[in-house]
Amino acid sequence: MWEYTDAVKDHFFNPRNAGVIEDADGVGEVGSLACGDALTLYIKVQDGIITDAKFKTFGCASAIASSSALTELIIGKTVEEAEKLTNKDIANYLGGLPREKMHCSVMGQEALEQAIKNMRGEAGPKAEHSHEGNLVCECFGIFDEEILRAIKENDLQTVEDVTNFTKAGGGCGKCVDEIARLLRQARGETSCPAPCKAPAFPAEGMTNIQRMHLIESVMDQDIRPILQADGGNIQLIDIEKKQVTVKFTGMCSSCPSSKATLENLVEAKLREKVDPDIKVILED
Amino acid sequence: MHTIYLDNNATTRVDPKVFEAIKPYFTELYGNPSSMHRFGGQVGGKIREARDQVAHFLGCDAREIIFTSCGSESDNTAIRSALEAFPEKKHIITTAVEHPAILSLCTHLEKKKGYEVTYLSTDEHGRLDLEEYKQAFRPDTAIVSVMWANNETGNIYPIEKMAHIARENGVIFHTDAVQAVGKVDINLSAIPVDMLSLSGHKLHAPKGVGALYVRKGLAFHPFLIGGHQERGRRAGTENTTGIVALGKACELAQTNMEAENTTVKALRDRLETGILQAIPHTRVNGDPENRLPNTTNISFGYVEGEAILLMMDQVGICASSGSACTSGSLEPSHVLMAMNVPFTFAHGSIRFSLSRFTTQEDIDFVLQTMPSLIENLRTLSPFSEEKEAPAITKRFAK
Ligand code: FES
Repeated sequence: MWEYTDAVKDHFFNPRNAGVIEDADGVGEVGSLACGDALTLYIKVQDGIITDAKFKTFGCASAIASSSALTELIIGKTVEEAEKLTNKDIANYLGGLPREKMHCSVMGQEALEQAIKNMRGEAGPKAEHSHEGNLVCECFGIFDEEILRAIKENDLQTVEDVTNFTKAGGGCGKCVDEIARLLRQARGETSCPAPCKAPAFPAEGMTNIQRMHLIESVMDQDIRPILQADGGNIQLIDIEKKQVTVKFTGMCSSCPSSKATLENLVEAKLREKVDPDIKVILED
Repeated sequence: MHTIYLDNNATTRVDPKVFEAIKPYFTELYGNPSSMHRFGGQVGGKIREARDQVAHFLGCDAREIIFTSCGSESDNTAIRSALEAFPEKKHIITTAVEHPAILSLCTHLEKKKGYEVTYLSTDEHGRLDLEEYKQAFRPDTAIVSVMWANNETGNIYPIEKMAHIARENGVIFHTDAVQAVGKVDINLSAIPVDMLSLSGHKLHAPKGVGALYVRKGLAFHPFLIGGHQERGRRAGTENTTGIVALGKACELAQTNMEAENTTVKALRDRLETGILQAIPHTRVNGDPENRLPNTTNISFGYVEGEAILLMMDQVGICASSGSACTSGSLEPSHVLMAMNVPFTFAHGSIRFSLSRFTTQEDIDFVLQTMPSLIENLRTLSPFSEEKEAPAITKRFAK
């Protein structure tokens, strides 16, 4: 059972400002049913002051309590003041949240930002990501910008921290390498930790047999360990020129994101380490 | 506040008769069964009796029973023993819906020991496909491990058929029967199961005792090595009170099996249909036909499981949830995911598990309180039938 503070329990059992503002000046929607929590925030603004706020939340006790706390925090503030609010303020208002639940406070902060943008006519209610951003975690739809910000604002040190605060990495686990890279990047380290291997595309000029061996070894060293971490595996079925046919086994064979895994992991790795034109297909 | 305990698949109340039976073994008959003196020896006699009780209940020979500390130890012992018996065989067959005692062990063996594991998939009701199972056998398959009944949904698996198929393929068959024992008829003399795990505390005995059945003649490699206890198959001074309790619990289970399948089942059905009728957007997760009589796993659309549990806790109802938030993970339970339960429902699943101590009043109270409790949470939710993202079973639509 979670150790929730009395304030969390109070805001969960007696949520403040739950509901909808029909003629809201700004609406912010974050999260989804798939992700396990979602929050819609409505704000009413008069002369630059937030005069009312209401929320609707799908999620666990701390998600509901965080939403309730958020509305209490912003009502009566000017928009400029509210803009400075961070997820920490929400967590502090509740006397703290379990570390694993910090993402609930981040969700509150994001909903508020979105509602303000929406009020200013800069965006729709639902958060859209800028095109420069990169999708890091497919399971939860988290972009690098969000992760970098959470790292900065909360001084996060480990991948686990990032998962607690943003959910990224909490599903299939495929994105943890990328999260680790972002952590290094945020710390100002170079993004190439391992000594970069010399030849860009070693497969050029190789014989077929050599190329097959190379593919096998990339599978063993770079692909299988990641799949096995999730209880899956991959079988090499055939190699024909630049087309590699594979089959997922174990957990991967039934994994809903196996198609993404095929492209983002298997194909990407083989393109990076063997040949940029490789095409990987699933045996059917 | 009165506690309404509907979490019996997590653990059960020790039966007062079991408690009576073990009392003397704490402060009076505390001897070590291995001692030479009669004072210890009489305890040895009691352990023999307990072993007979367990064996009788399972329809096997007393020498085929090894007492352990829990279901997880039994599971670990079984799988590791089979692997040690066939060091050249590197393949394991199990299901995607096993208890973590098996699943985590299998992923460990994959990651650290170079094994390959086939995880059998299920359909949307959590049922296995026997054709897929038959196809999974390989020349290097060392063991099959399939749970007899699922802890989350209560689904009962066709263990007899599956054991026969394993036998035809010459592969050891283990079943984790922790949830099935006491609720499902088990007669090991009639079916080719090679190893079976059970746990005391799911059966109204205390926590900290379990048993592993190992078919006579099967090569066995102990997991705990040390003293000669359990005829050298499991070292460690016997958990006398636990073992006596397990014996007694098995004896009681034999007489109570009928009640489990009639009275308990009737209460479960009443609870299930009552909830489905009173509350819209609910569904049962699991096999409509082959399910444990005490279990129902119900999903409440548009609300989240942890929030439901806390609300229930507030009025004294204990249950559990397959939602992500309760376990500290971010994904709903692996069992519901394997069944492709849409996220709308997977996050809001509640497992009610009854026992013979559950009363009519308990169920009435739950039926009275649940509708308004769910309604309250739903008024907080941004989702509803009108405003729902389509029933998503798969990530990710970006
Ligand atoms: S992609 Fe991030 S956890 Fe799956």
